[in-house]
Amino acid sequence: MSIIDTVLNDFFWRALIGGLGVALIAGPLGCFVVWRRMAYFGDTLAHSALLGIALSFLFSLPLNLGVLITSVVLAMALLLFSRNKTLATDTLLGILAHSALAIGLVALSFMPDVRIDLTGLLFGDLLAMNRHDLLWIYGGAVVILTLLAVLWRGLLMSTIHEELARVEGVPVERLRLLLMLMFALVIAVAMKMVGVLLITAMLIIPAATARRLASTPEQMAALAVGFGFVAVAGGLSMSWHLDTPAGPSVVVTAFATFLVVYGGAGRFSASRPA
Amino acid sequence: MDEPLVAIENLTVRFDDRPVVDRVSLALHRGDIITIIGPNGAGKTTLIKAVLGIQAATSGRILRAKGLVIGYVPQHLSLESTLPLSVERFMLLSGQPLAACVAALERTGVSHLLKASVHHLSGGEQQRLLLARALVRKPDLLVLDEPAQGVDINGQAALYDLIRQLRDELNCGVIMISHDLHLVMAATDKVICLNQHVCCSGHPADISHDPAFIETFGRPVAESLAVYHHNHNHSHDLSGNVVGTGHSGSANEHGECNHEHH
Repeated sequence: MSIIDTVLNDFFWRALIGGLGVALIAGPLGCFVVWRRMAYFGDTLAHSALLGIALSFLFSLPLNLGVLITSVVLAMALLLFSRNKTLATDTLLGILAHSALAIGLVALSFMPDVRIDLTGLLFGDLLAMNRHDLLWIYGGAVVILTLLAVLWRGLLMSTIHEELARVEGVPVERLRLLLMLMFALVIAVAMKMVGVLLITAMLIIPAATARRLASTPEQMAALAVGFGFVAVAGGLSMSWHLDTPAGPSVVVTAFATFLVVYGGAGRFSASRPA
Repeated sequence: MDEPLVAIENLTVRFDDRPVVDRVSLALHRGDIITIIGPNGAGKTTLIKAVLGIQAATSGRILRAKGLVIGYVPQHLSLESTLPLSVERFMLLSGQPLAACVAALERTGVSHLLKASVHHLSGGEQQRLLLARALVRKPDLLVLDEPAQGVDINGQAALYDLIRQLRDELNCGVIMISHDLHLVMAATDKVICLNQHVCCSGHPADISHDPAFIETFGRPVAESLAVYHHNHNHSHDLSGNVVGTGHSGSANEHGECNHEHH
């Protein structure tokens, strides 16, 4: 058979290719999470993924689709609720995040004949990645990277100064909605990799690491992809050699890279007057 | 006279049933400089947001000239420190070519900062950058929200001077909010004193005599403004006491104003 088949038949290669695909979209999207202070928002969407899984079983939908739909609905609900300023956004997010997670867990317990690997859902099961997952990841990557490339200037402008962007005719609300839908999509495809509890880490840590070295927004996005690759490759080899769970190993590697970059850069900048 | 760039008719904006802008009408033509002054919470920012088209009106109408290009100078650029951005990149995000961006920065006197990070600018530099950003779009209407905030006193006068020059060069209309009463009075054609409703409006020299103005800003401010005009506009024969005597308790003569006395 062809070399592609040989590669795709190996679970380790599938994990690596899938992980790199997730890093490819998590890099630039993660930058927006950091720039727009949406970390908690990402967490909320991710936690709702478990509810999505329960609903997928209930209506016998493909898991990714169920998760995608739930995240989209939650993102819309958040957008609507946040207009009503009675509750602070972080309070609202806290309520929805943990309620969605708890409802998901309770709903799953009502389906005794459904056998699922809860640990895998919560913390990821990178090594169990199949060809179908790869299709979702790279399909999602094409959609998200195309959207980002087309909308880049408008997204950047509305991140820098929302009102200025609005005056200049940038459709700020529509872009916000599209960005949320992209988050929903990345969560649906990345869930398999690091699990619902660790997805936000893959968005934030590489982007935050990149900030230290980048001097333009585009550089930061590209570097975030690079640091994502390092985390995936490093995490998988750590998992291989030390027999550690793959998802958490990827996050641990990302964190180690973050510490090295900030520690190293910190030593250089310490000698300069602030 | 040509048709106005922006005409506001009986504009009311309510937040939670509380009128923040109450039945305000105004018209702005090419070449006009209108300054909005007023105490905190008077609805100044809400009013200019309505002019900009980013604040919906509860009632009333806002008419904008066809194809009106607005240059907006926000109060400040509160940029997230996690977003790396150079002055050059920020200017280019306007969609204008680099040469035009550099020319605009030159006009506002900050072209030497082209490669600098937006995060490291001083208050004055930031305002001049924002002004250049508005300028590069060749606006018909320049809208400024407290342009001199965070600028030292010499810089403030220079900045208002620059705004006036830009009005002449672009033949645009200017509407701005300001707290710098002294400087505003010298640089503006028409002052609107806003306190939800239009408290009084008119030429700066006249408005400092207006009882409603004195009521809103207090006598010391009005007196210092009157003196200021005396020093700089010698067509006025101002004793300095005109405002001070004979007007005590006369604020209520100004019929439309219903001020609370606390």
